Amino acid sequence: MKRYIDFYLTAMKFAVLEQVQYRAQNYFYMVGMIVEPTIYLVVWTTIARQQGGSVGGYTTGGLAAYYIVWTLVRQMNVVLTPYDWENRIQHGRLSMELMRPMHPIHWDVAYFAGWKFVMVFLWIPIAVVLSLIFKPTLNPTGWQVGGFFIAIWGAYLVRTMMYEMLGLITLWTTRVSAIFELFFALELILSGRFVPMTLMPAWVQHIAYYLPFQWTFFFPINSLVGSPAPIDLLTGLGMQLMWILIGVAVVKVVWHFGIHRFSSVGN
Amino acid sequence: MPVTIIEVSDLSKHYKVPVRQAGLKAATRSLFKRTYNTIRAVDGISFTIQPGEVVGFLGPNGAGKTTTLKMLSGLLFPTAGDPKVLGFQPSRRQMDFLSQITLVMGNRSQLSWDLPALDSFELQRAIYAIPRAEFIRTRDEFIELLELTGLVNKPVRNLSLGERMKVEIIGALLHQPKVLFLDEPTIGLDVTMQRRIRTFVEEYNRRTGATVLLTSHYMADVEALCKRVIVIHNGKLLFDGDLAALVDRFSAFKTIGVTLANGFGSFNQYGEVLDQDAGHVTIRIPREKTPDVTARILAEQHVDDMTIEDPPIGDIIEKVFAQKSAET
Repeated sequence: MKRYIDFYLTAMKFAVLEQVQYRAQNYFYMVGMIVEPTIYLVVWTTIARQQGGSVGGYTTGGLAAYYIVWTLVRQMNVVLTPYDWENRIQHGRLSMELMRPMHPIHWDVAYFAGWKFVMVFLWIPIAVVLSLIFKPTLNPTGWQVGGFFIAIWGAYLVRTMMYEMLGLITLWTTRVSAIFELFFALELILSGRFVPMTLMPAWVQHIAYYLPFQWTFFFPINSLVGSPAPIDLLTGLGMQLMWILIGVAVVKVVWHFGIHRFSSVGN
Repeated sequence: MPVTIIEVSDLSKHYKVPVRQAGLKAATRSLFKRTYNTIRAVDGISFTIQPGEVVGFLGPNGAGKTTTLKMLSGLLFPTAGDPKVLGFQPSRRQMDFLSQITLVMGNRSQLSWDLPALDSFELQRAIYAIPRAEFIRTRDEFIELLELTGLVNKPVRNLSLGERMKVEIIGALLHQPKVLFLDEPTIGLDVTMQRRIRTFVEEYNRRTGATVLLTSHYMADVEALCKRVIVIHNGKLLFDGDLAALVDRFSAFKTIGVTLANGFGSFNQYGEVLDQDAGHVTIRIPREKTPDVTARILAEQHVDDMTIEDPPIGDIIEKVFAQKSAET
């Protein structure tokens, strides 16, 4: 255990060191990342204004809060993508990582966890600017703040497991882009990334409840900007834990079979 | 420690590779029906390596060297055969096994391109759980041995190819592995840098008693480091034995260089004259005639100096491959 703690801390520090090498790139990346929620925000606040100040229970201030918190949750949700998996196999990086006496997933989790410290630091001025422009309404309780803090890390781990599962398909096919695009479309609709889940039809919300997607976006955002009861927060955290455990189990099984198929191409 | 460090018996790796003709028609047809070829990258090879041995693993491109190294280091699952390294089955990829080996590929990097090598070394410390005092001692010792002081603070991307390879090797050996799989560690490096790396590997082997399996296209590497060589071609083992024995077996000729006291003489009667200029002549003679011909030259010519050499090892290896290709 001590060994893994030391590894995680060192790898996180390593990620921070790598990120601070390219300050300009990081800022451009952040600017790029806020384009998507700003478009959603402008569209929905316009609709809300046209409907007398609110849509689906969200006021313009509530929508602003949703999408500004969205930008933070989005940073927390950045994980190793299946594209990166393709790249790491095609360029032989996986071979070098497999030589380590440690499952590569530890590196992925630790590295992207460290990466977030830089990104969240860079996010702060952007959030301030967005708040000054869109004037969010945000009055969370202590429970909500505590729940949100745990939920964003839970979301990170749930999404890590989903994307690792997808990425592991590259051990069979080497290319998973097409599958990823389909997955990405489902995630966009069923996670609360495109639109708050409460604005979706009831049947979509019902389906989404039993899928992992909404626990990575909607749940953490809503835990801060909505008004969930403590029991709802605990239920959501429990759902996240369940999906993390399912993810770990599936990744373990897929890894077991996939690594037998690994052909270590390209090097 | 087991008596035999590496034990390979009937090891094979076969790949099923899709093939098709060029062109749109063939591409369309392959969407519905694929044709596969089986490539026998490694085909039933067997050998053992004892503790502390430095063995050259030779063969032309595509012979199966890297595939074999990958199977021995646990990266690839064999199609057949059950190799043992340090008593472990590599394909099981146990942590204890991976902690005791290293694989260095001359064309692959495990260091961060953007950071100074020292930061990557620190990551290696955490990955291999090396006690800090031991890590610092080993790291500093290696840096000094490879004359890298002052360079390990620079981002790796700013280092020359040779310097990068040196820091790469340090990173790979910080955990002091007992088995080193070195795949073309000196590829693309200049002669001086090749020599430095060779000397370092030799020193590491001497100090730690580590076992080394080395592939290289530079025969200077093999000659300097390996008493024993294993030669494979088309996935099959062609030769396993002393480098000297390989020369004896596959070199039918010797080269004699004569420096003449009077600066001139005729040598066509002794063998094939390869080169002749004022005062020096080089001839090639059948190996079995060497004692007889040297005796005759010494008796019949005014010899100032004489050398008898085997042909360059590279030429011999080339000859082995050419001979075996002709047979198959």
